[in-house]
Amino acid sequence: MEKKLVRLDVNGQVHELYLNPKTLLVEAIRDHIGLTGAKRGCETVSCGCCTVMIDGMSIKSCSLLAIQTEGHKITTVEGLEQNGKLAPIQKAFLDNGAYQCGFCTSGMLMSSQALLNENPHPTEWEIREGIEGNICRCTGYNSIVRAVDACAKGKYNEEVRK
Amino acid sequence: MIHDFAYLKPDSLKEALSMLSKHKDDECKVICGGQSLLILMRQGMIVTDYLIDIKHIKELNYIKFSQKDGLRIGATTTHRAIEQSDVIKKHYPALVELENRVANIQVRNWGTIGGNLAHADPAEDPAPLLLAYNASVKVGNAKGERALPLAEFLVGYFETALKKDEMLLEVHLPAPDAKTGAAYEKFTLLENDLGTVSAAACVTLDGSGKCKSAKIALGSAAPTAIRIKRAEKILIGKAYSEKSFAEAGKIASEDCDPVSDIHASEEHRRYVAGVLTKRMLMKAWERAKA
Repeated sequence: MEKKLVRLDVNGQVHELYLNPKTLLVEAIRDHIGLTGAKRGCETVSCGCCTVMIDGMSIKSCSLLAIQTEGHKITTVEGLEQNGKLAPIQKAFLDNGAYQCGFCTSGMLMSSQALLNENPHPTEWEIREGIEGNICRCTGYNSIVRAVDACAKGKYNEEVRK
Repeated sequence: MIHDFAYLKPDSLKEALSMLSKHKDDECKVICGGQSLLILMRQGMIVTDYLIDIKHIKELNYIKFSQKDGLRIGATTTHRAIEQSDVIKKHYPALVELENRVANIQVRNWGTIGGNLAHADPAEDPAPLLLAYNASVKVGNAKGERALPLAEFLVGYFETALKKDEMLLEVHLPAPDAKTGAAYEKFTLLENDLGTVSAAACVTLDGSGKCKSAKIALGSAAPTAIRIKRAEKILIGKAYSEKSFAEAGKIASEDCDPVSDIHASEEHRRYVAGVLTKRMLMKAWERAKA
């Protein structure tokens, strides 16, 4: 099959890739660009560990074609940190022990960040709804919810701490 | 492993339709959000030589409402846009509740109403409620457009009335009459999973509080989402009565045509269809009164 030139804007950097059109976004990000934060899990839009943000919305990268995301801004977990410092949501996860094995963490972080982008002050229920598409098999949901809550309350904002 | 295909990206609806008519004798599929299609392609259940991407076509991404014309939703409108639409929340609140329970946020952010209906999975969510709202769809090819009731669009198991050169363009819901209420519920083991069985009801009351019209539809209970017209008829002209709702539920469990699979037996599905029908009629009625 003839490969196509696909320009993907991942974490603010444009990557020019020659891809078979059937390449999924998660394959392009992991195998072609080399960012392995987004995981391959169920590959049936159930588990959420491949979640990335497209134009600020959480999307599962296992079930869309990379070529369909041309012209959109893709953010992976690697793109959360700024100027070499962890984002507030990442600090909150660390502080609250919001993971055990860590396989779901990058997806959880992206879903949490997408939730906070849309709703900066979610209730506990809204946080639980916000991460409904992400499965954690170590069942660390409570600590994840606590982490998102602490982050939403501004505990990890640089400005607030100064 | 996904079979190789040629990817076609039209710039406009017109171009998309002309591509579709050009490839009408080939194996050609239209992709929008692809949240169902890509899974089936990966499992090798769908093999296509050409894939036409319409996700980015803005002409089909709209939600329009007027009291005279009702609601029109473009085919590439995402589930999330419907879920968050104020105008739909005001006039069709049951549809917003339903969308809130479609799969999960990530799928709703990318998946579209048009793709969902054209996929024609009998377990998918919006179809039963749309049937109860008396929805119709607009489909088109390079030569023109035609409108048909949703009930005629859904032909069979993963099968629609679309011809090989046609595409789903729009979903149309008539404006609800005064004193109308609707409700939808799916029975699932996991909160937002596909329903083992789902039921929708839409009830309109007359001035004296009696039933003017009722529409009942079931999902996962037949090869397509179906209306249970025999149960609707017995409610017309009646006052609120749990007994007649239970009777309608009994008819629903008789008239549906479910299969047994790993999720539930046929018997269980029939039973749940009856229970849900009764509950949805009660809920829709309460809403119609309010």
